[in-house]
Amino acid sequence: MNLVVPTPSPSSSLATPNGTTRPQVRIVIVGHVDHGKSTLVGRLLHETGSLPDGKLEMLKEVSARRGMPFEWSFLLDALQTERDQGITIDTTQISFRTHSRDVVLIDAPGHAEFLRNMITGASQADAAVLIIDALEGVRDQTRRHGYLLHLLGIKQVAVVVNKMDRVEFSEARFTEINDEISAHLIELGVTPTAVIPISARDGDGVAERTQNIAWYKGPTVVEALDALTPARPLDELPLRLPVQAIYKFDDRRIVAGRIESGQLKAGDEIVIMPAGKIAKIKTVEGWPVTPVSGPQSAGRSVGITLDRELFIERGDVIAHTDAAPRDTRRIQARIFWLHHQPLSVGANILVRLGTRETRANVVAIEKAVDPGELASVAAKSIARNHVGEITIALLHPVAADPYLDNPRTGRLVIEVDGRIAGGGLVMKIEGGQRGTVDIVPVESALRPEDRAARYRHNGAVLWFTGLPGAGKSTLAVALERRLFNRGGSPILLDGDTLRAGLNGDLGFSPKDRSENIRRLAEVATHLARNGHIAIVAAVSPSLEDRAAARRIADTLFREIYVATPAEICESRDPKGHYAKARAGTLKGFTGIGNDYQPPAASELTIDTATRPVAEAIDEIELMLAKSGVLIEDLVDLAANI
Amino acid sequence: MTTPGMDHLDALEAQSIYILREAFARLKKLALLWSLGKDSNVMIWLARKAFFGRVPFPAMHVDTGKKFPEMYAFRDQYSKEWDLDLILEYCPGIESVDPTLPPAARSAARKTEGLKLALAKHGFDGLIAGIRRDEEATRAKERVFSPRGLEGGWDVRDQPPEFWDQFNASPPPGSHLRIHPILHWTEADIWAYTKRENIPIIPLYLSQNGKRYRSLGDADITNPVQSSASNIDEILIELDGTKVPERAGRALDHETEDAFERLRVAGYL
Repeated sequence: MNLVVPTPSPSSSLATPNGTTRPQVRIVIVGHVDHGKSTLVGRLLHETGSLPDGKLEMLKEVSARRGMPFEWSFLLDALQTERDQGITIDTTQISFRTHSRDVVLIDAPGHAEFLRNMITGASQADAAVLIIDALEGVRDQTRRHGYLLHLLGIKQVAVVVNKMDRVEFSEARFTEINDEISAHLIELGVTPTAVIPISARDGDGVAERTQNIAWYKGPTVVEALDALTPARPLDELPLRLPVQAIYKFDDRRIVAGRIESGQLKAGDEIVIMPAGKIAKIKTVEGWPVTPVSGPQSAGRSVGITLDRELFIERGDVIAHTDAAPRDTRRIQARIFWLHHQPLSVGANILVRLGTRETRANVVAIEKAVDPGELASVAAKSIARNHVGEITIALLHPVAADPYLDNPRTGRLVIEVDGRIAGGGLVMKIEGGQRGTVDIVPVESALRPEDRAARYRHNGAVLWFTGLPGAGKSTLAVALERRLFNRGGSPILLDGDTLRAGLNGDLGFSPKDRSENIRRLAEVATHLARNGHIAIVAAVSPSLEDRAAARRIADTLFREIYVATPAEICESRDPKGHYAKARAGTLKGFTGIGNDYQPPAASELTIDTATRPVAEAIDEIELMLAKSGVLIEDLVDLAANI
Repeated sequence: MTTPGMDHLDALEAQSIYILREAFARLKKLALLWSLGKDSNVMIWLARKAFFGRVPFPAMHVDTGKKFPEMYAFRDQYSKEWDLDLILEYCPGIESVDPTLPPAARSAARKTEGLKLALAKHGFDGLIAGIRRDEEATRAKERVFSPRGLEGGWDVRDQPPEFWDQFNASPPPGSHLRIHPILHWTEADIWAYTKRENIPIIPLYLSQNGKRYRSLGDADITNPVQSSASNIDEILIELDGTKVPERAGRALDHETEDAFERLRVAGYL
């Protein structure tokens, strides 16, 4: 709902008449549809003196004229209608004042919209009010909303038990509901700040502890709102200045951007992330007056010059040296998805974080939630209007903060085909390189770009998995030839061949098999990092082992599932293994049992029973072109397939 | 986003500068549509702030040939004074537009045709336009970065999501983006900012003989409103009390209910 209730001073202003700043808290009211949300909001606006003069009298008069009893919820309807007619379209909130707080109410029309609004809203709610009908008690929707608060990370929740008049203000009934909802919330990791018996219609418990609820000793709704802890103002957070551009219109070299949080001034020592280069702010430039003196704080679009010439580009983040953001290539995010095509593991996406953009790969989907049901669904992909938690591997390092530390630099959007397809909050940043710190790897003298320019491809790990006899080696060899012929540098790593040497110490126990896969993945990744295309052909039956390989190779990994049906594999039996296994002379053989776990989301699936080798190789080549491995426009080729 | 030391106008200004800089960073060939009115003058002012005194892309006036003489005088004076890279393009004759539109809308549709021709001639991938959400109901649905089809058309139902100041800035080949840096401003904001920054205005906005123009278009389809406001302070007081919409004097808004939307779908501002 987009409306603003006129208050004595504009809602965007936080200053009181005596010049002090009032803390602002943003709240959301959730609960079952009929449990009295609008009534409570109407009542709160009245009790806090936030209604325009004469509005209440006018509505009461209209109700009387129409011969219907006045309802507090009419207030919201009336304000909504005013909004529809006109003026305050870009405000998305209702504001009112308690004794010591400016309260901004974020309203929520429906489930899906609600969730999206909550996550995309100007900033997230600091607190929530969960409303329960005293007669009906805790309903399914009440529980789902509790779960939603948990999902959104809202820690401050006040519970109001409404319509107490309908249970004769029974303390016993109140206690019963209090116990049930408190237990539910605590289980979700949320401790209610208050549980309040009220009658929104009559006003009991909203601003006053009336005689009806004389047995209740806790805070009223207004007092509970007054006690909420507001979010820290942006200018009190550490400095974050994402660089929009570098301008050289004259002899000045101006670094331009908007301060997302914190403050800066000339003379400050700063660090440019993610590269970590240090400099000092020489001047803060302006127009028509320049330089600008005094500190500049969050919200300002500024331009600064530095005391030295450093390589700096759009997407970098300027911070103070003692409070810099992390640099990372791996982020865990809670996202909502808006694109008609579901987001799947392995998806190639473009991530925008501040002014930085980088290609990225979805490495894992930890959770997927349908907000209509508010229940986790199978976590293979995230459908349109669903939310979830994912891990993203980024092609280039970015400077970022967890959302809880900084709401401005802790959020990102995801683009697909040049359109924004989703957004999310950074929950966790995984820093640095894997491995132990006291090993110092020696870097190659050649840069990956040098090799890419020669081979016309980037490094990659192509992982062929499938049953013995499925055709992995046949495809791998054919692909190796194809890539070589186009001037590339493919290197074949056949599982059986490596078992003869590097992995000669390993057997076929699950543990040894995992180790076999790990070594294959490490070698392949090393080759790929150096610009080669490592082609791995290995049965690799375990989902978990292949997931580990993907983690090692990260964005370089492309899985090709050779899905030839088992009976055809057995009929081929190129190495005679099926026959031996059937005869009982080959132990630990994958193929005749059901110990092969097919991939759920490979980059490509090929059935060699129905596809000629050349055609299959075309298809692989196309996938490599589309996913950014091959450098060359293969679109025409695709059209001819 | 406001923090201590920033007022409402500071916040609007900072947001507009951010948008202008994003457009300049992400698009290859930009132009700013200069209608000579109060909104586009504020926009030029904001661009000069964003780029430290210099507007680094052309300002284009798509001329219907029917503006007020005061508007042409203003253009000639300030394009020089502000050192603008001015592009003048002319609209084709009235016979080139959809004859089923009402008369004033036909007149405005000439401007759309003029725009299309200018786009085809210069190959801009981004046009910066000074529309505001509060002006007119269909503009309320606009995005800050708004993709246009090959014909300049606007598909209201298929707009990509836009949030957190992340903009869709990749127009498909052959199409272009409209960028709206003052979409979030109101008429009163424009005047308050014009006053604070001392931005020059065309005198037609101020009352003469009990009338003034609230919005300036072609001379033959724009009417003045009753007003005694002879300076910006008085305009602000007047706006505070009025219930009459800003474009009340623009005939094309009132001919048929969907005339404006039809124009916008076809590529009008």
